[in-house]
Amino acid sequence: MADLEAPQSKSRDLDKLLLRAGNLVGPDFYPGTEVKALISQLSIVSSSFSDFVIRLLSLRVLVVGAGGLGCELLKDLALSGFRNLDVIDMDRIEVTNLNRQFLFRLEDVGKPKAEIAAKRVMERVSGVEIVPHFSRIEDKELEFYNNFNIIALGLDSIEARRYINGVACGFLEYDEDDTPRRETIKPMVDGGTEGFKGHARVIVPGVTPCFECTIWLFPPQVKFPLCTLAETPRNAAHCIEYAHLIKWHEVHGGKSFDPDEPEHMKWVYDEAVKRAELFGIPGVTYSLTQGVVKNIIPAIASTNAIISAACALETLKIVSGCSKTLANYLTYNGGEGLHTKVTEFVRDKDCLVCGPGILIELDTSVTLQKFIDMLEEHPKLLLSKASVKHGKDSLYMQAPPVLEEMHRPNLSKSLYDLMGRVQKDTVHVFGTALKNEEKQSSLTKLRVVFKGADGVADMDTAIGA
Amino acid sequence: MIGLFKVKEKQREEAKNTNSRGASVKKQSAGELRLHKDITELNLPESCTISFPNGKNDLMNFEVTIKPDEGYYKNGKFVFTFQVSSVYPHEAPKVKCITKVYHPNIDLEGNVCLNILREDWKPVLNINTVIYGLFHLFTEPNYEDPLNHDAAAVLKTNPKQFETNVRRAMGGGYVGNTSFPRCI
Repeated sequence: MADLEAPQSKSRDLDKLLLRAGNLVGPDFYPGTEVKALISQLSIVSSSFSDFVIRLLSLRVLVVGAGGLGCELLKDLALSGFRNLDVIDMDRIEVTNLNRQFLFRLEDVGKPKAEIAAKRVMERVSGVEIVPHFSRIEDKELEFYNNFNIIALGLDSIEARRYINGVACGFLEYDEDDTPRRETIKPMVDGGTEGFKGHARVIVPGVTPCFECTIWLFPPQVKFPLCTLAETPRNAAHCIEYAHLIKWHEVHGGKSFDPDEPEHMKWVYDEAVKRAELFGIPGVTYSLTQGVVKNIIPAIASTNAIISAACALETLKIVSGCSKTLANYLTYNGGEGLHTKVTEFVRDKDCLVCGPGILIELDTSVTLQKFIDMLEEHPKLLLSKASVKHGKDSLYMQAPPVLEEMHRPNLSKSLYDLMGRVQKDTVHVFGTALKNEEKQSSLTKLRVVFKGADGVADMDTAIGA
Repeated sequence: MIGLFKVKEKQREEAKNTNSRGASVKKQSAGELRLHKDITELNLPESCTISFPNGKNDLMNFEVTIKPDEGYYKNGKFVFTFQVSSVYPHEAPKVKCITKVYHPNIDLEGNVCLNILREDWKPVLNINTVIYGLFHLFTEPNYEDPLNHDAAAVLKTNPKQFETNVRRAMGGGYVGNTSFPRCI
């Protein structure tokens, strides 16, 4: 009321969060215009800003997915003052998206989601810069993801989440005492919805559980037994899966089914109808066919809005420190009444993706064979018959014989060469470990550091000496 | 958290100045790791062998050959393809039988009805369990979960006839109107 004469600031509500101190703020929070500028990248760089704020004007947020959640996220982040966003999505707009993916219009059908979503938000929110990427997430260089300070996920598959999580955790480095190095932490905020249910979580690799630490949270997909489909279908979905999984291959042989090809979908639908008539089963429709084949769960616009709002808020909190972040997993259920709960999951300290692993220092001359022998003696490992994997390359496999033979020439090479002559990197080793005097199958992450590799190494000790 | 980004910027600048020789950024694929571990821990009966047609750089796609040493299918040779996705072990491997076989639980397109491949798959299961499951299908074909309806009916009503049919199919003959390749 008192502000009647002053022009209303677009960010009035945001100002209350960012310009004032508070009791619930995070440990690193410094209220003031600097933090606001940091988030919103004010176009006028004030000379009063410190160097670090000016440097931070390059703060960038990546939104992965421009679908139901992605549209909401882009809008929410833009309206929260974020000025520098990127969005990546490989899909084109379909008619069925239009009920909830509110940035899209009928005339946009067929166009890339990322491009239209970016354009629409930029039209409506002044000052925001959104760079669209019409691309598969796997097709981007890993370094692309390192350009962002924070990654917000609006995805619908475990596979994609697992990929991004792997990329983000891949940047994480640990100190000698297994403390995560802050500058290598790439925080993620992950949203997900399924009908009336949803979740929002904050993943700070090395600090809170990563996606892989809690992969067991995801329920297995419902799959019907093939023989039920073939012999005793009892419902419409059985008829559709029969047409999709069995009949298609019977008729089309090697031609693979493409769920995004309307002709293929129509064929499956027609076959499913025939099947349903044969068994007197009602309920096969074209949209159910799409739903079953593509494993689509009806999306509810307001669930997306609620989950996205939580994610945008967490993003703002991580970036500004204006409040403590969600710790660390929020579930929302609007199906039966309304229930939300926050659960603090714990990290898997042996996580193969985000865990520190065991630090091992080696001379550059150590051969793979010598390295494998060392693992057996290592007090923390006691690993016999070890196989070794470095990123995508397996360096050695003990079994089966056919693979052992293919990898055997590596044994006499130096590990340093095999790992591409880097000063340090992660390898995974697996074999039989002796734990509590019992032999157990084991898979462990190691941080290998090569002593005296190429001068840059040993900086810390050099200074100490 | 601002502190977090502050150091990050500092580090980035340092990285620009020194020609950093740090770790090349690598994505870690937990699914692939688990699969590699499964493969090195395989403990197969002599009648089952594994091969990697795409060489050592593609272990996500491989073949398993089963030569049953007892039962109806004794001395036959059956090849299965395995496709393992990056979501493994959250999702079961996709398994097909590429040897055309007269079998109640395997249809003529190579689809296999094995509970642990679909409705009963759990991430604690592994490649070894799947191969044992497939092996079991040859020692104990079962007419209660039919994918090949005719074969199942014959096994149920006339096991002697079923045995004759299996022998004929494996020898490269016809069963009814369907021809089978020789696999013995």
